[in-house]
Amino acid sequence: MQQARTEIASAVAPIIDRWKNEEGPLLPILNGIQRELGHVPRESLPFIAEALNLTRAEVYGVVSFYHDYREKPAGRHVLKLCRAEACQSMGGDAVAEKLQKLLGIKFHETSADGAVTLEPVYCLGLCACAPSAMLDGEVIGRLDEARAVEIAAEVRV
Amino acid sequence: MTVNIYIPRDAGALALGAEKVAAAALEEIEKRGLDAKIVRNGSRGMFWLEPMVEVETAEGRVAYGPVKPGDLAGLFDAGLTEGGAHMLSLGKPEEIPFLAKQTRLTFARCGIIDPVSLEDYEKHGGLRGLRNALEKTPLGIVEEVTESGLRGRGGAGFPTGIKWKTVHDTDGPQKYIVCNADEGDSGTFSDRMIMEGDPFVLIEGMTIAGIAVGATKGYVYLRSEYPNVHKILNEAIDAARASGMLGNSVLGSKYAFDMEVRVGAGAYVCGEETALLDSLEGKRGQVRAKPPLPAHEGLFGKPTVINNVISLASVPIILDKGGAYYRDFGMGRSRGTIPIQITGNVKHGGLFEAAFGMTLGELVDEIGGGTATGRPVRAVQVGGPLGAYWPRDLFDTPFDYEAFSEKDGLIGHAGIVVFDDTVDLLKQARFAMEFCAVESCGKCTPCRIGSTRGVEVLDRLKQGIAPQEQIETVTDLCNTMKFGSLCALGGFTPYPVMSALTHFPEDFRPAPQREAAE
Repeated sequence: MQQARTEIASAVAPIIDRWKNEEGPLLPILNGIQRELGHVPRESLPFIAEALNLTRAEVYGVVSFYHDYREKPAGRHVLKLCRAEACQSMGGDAVAEKLQKLLGIKFHETSADGAVTLEPVYCLGLCACAPSAMLDGEVIGRLDEARAVEIAAEVRV
Repeated sequence: MTVNIYIPRDAGALALGAEKVAAAALEEIEKRGLDAKIVRNGSRGMFWLEPMVEVETAEGRVAYGPVKPGDLAGLFDAGLTEGGAHMLSLGKPEEIPFLAKQTRLTFARCGIIDPVSLEDYEKHGGLRGLRNALEKTPLGIVEEVTESGLRGRGGAGFPTGIKWKTVHDTDGPQKYIVCNADEGDSGTFSDRMIMEGDPFVLIEGMTIAGIAVGATKGYVYLRSEYPNVHKILNEAIDAARASGMLGNSVLGSKYAFDMEVRVGAGAYVCGEETALLDSLEGKRGQVRAKPPLPAHEGLFGKPTVINNVISLASVPIILDKGGAYYRDFGMGRSRGTIPIQITGNVKHGGLFEAAFGMTLGELVDEIGGGTATGRPVRAVQVGGPLGAYWPRDLFDTPFDYEAFSEKDGLIGHAGIVVFDDTVDLLKQARFAMEFCAVESCGKCTPCRIGSTRGVEVLDRLKQGIAPQEQIETVTDLCNTMKFGSLCALGGFTPYPVMSALTHFPEDFRPAPQREAAE
């Protein structure tokens, strides 16, 4: 436990140092930590709070407000599937059903083998080539059942 | 002479395979030892043709699309570099009807230039607006923008010039320009496209705004769902800084202006301007009560101009050609052009910039070409998740702020989502309430609780439990949300719900009655 805390401290220290003297540093710090560690561990919050002269509760309040921040690590792959209206109009709901079945998980879940986390997203700005998704930061348009099968196979590797 | 081959790096094109197309093109160029260069441009905004490859020939650009990686060898065999004929030939891109019918002012360069080349930007008319602005007094710039009649393109439609005047007239040692790039509405991508296809126009617009109101620092608040924009915008800002367009002396003038991009963390409500400011300050993205207006007390309590991407990106052309030039487009009190995004279940989906005044029907049926599935268009939602659902009966409504609000709808960020006849408007109404519940910042009760109750009431209606009572309850609830919410999230969620109920009552009949009717 102590060791984990030290590791987190050394991982977050440079990120905090990079931003603490800038205007509005909290979101860039949290974004940086999530990018670095894949999530924002609870243990990192006291370091941020101290550096920015905030309470831990204030920092936690911010972390819990935004959909992006995870308290636990995600799977090796993160699949974000758009659930918004333009994608609905092109059969997005059916593709979402299919993908949940193929992956054996529901939204906000990570597969037992740690391969993939499935997250809903409300619009990727790809509404003229719906339904759309983002796999590990790469965008995918005109998602159909065949492509869903391919994705499910890709993330298992 | 080196031939330029254009392959977009726009996220829409990337989602359809542009990266693999570019790799295959490079391979062919190398294999054949051709004197050709690949330029990664933005998109022209015709997504049924993406990835669209263009070649610069002596007679102008020639386009091919939609191109798959496997098509490249054949294309080069057909003489792609000279604009040779091929099955995928589209001819001159500017003669494709979808583009030819547009009036591209804000998007004049998008899809044409290399988005991160300042030289290319200037060659195509960039920086003329900023140079003109530097010849004017700050108040003169504000007057030009006021004269243009430009209204906030984020959705609220507030006159940009008046906003700028307020900040100009407010004293303060530090003022800010904040660009709202939290484009979260489904059916919209114009902010994304301009930032990926012509980022300098936004940088130029923000710089002009800074000079006009006396602000030296700008922030672009960008949603986290747009990593590709982040990359391109930062490349452009670096280039602008290196060339002296940004910095202590903008283009060698006495004005200082610099800017940076800040990325959000996935909260739709941060598109609301005061929630956005709180988020930029590092707080929960909760809506502030107004007054004070951001123009008086905005970011960190300082006078702040907060404008949408498209509003700011429309400023350079106004300063280049004059407010009167821009104002001469449009109808009524909706002046200039608006980039309309035609999306969802539509044959020709994309971005269509036009003067205000075209009817919804023209846009959906003629420009959009009807549905992708080939079934009849039953409904369109305009203005994102807080916009109304429109039936065909109202397709004669012109695209105009006032005409839309007269019919209980809104233009919003000008996205149109097309649905065919398989759409269930009760389901869509429920989704509107559900979305509001997920994204509510929680500060005001009508939005926070109202949306959750709304989902429950519509679920009961779906189950056929006391239907008339549920319809009355949801109507009452919408009334409370509309007039009692602090911001547009709770305040406008009634638009999709009530429009669905009003225009498509047949979808709100409980199951047994519906079956009997069929």
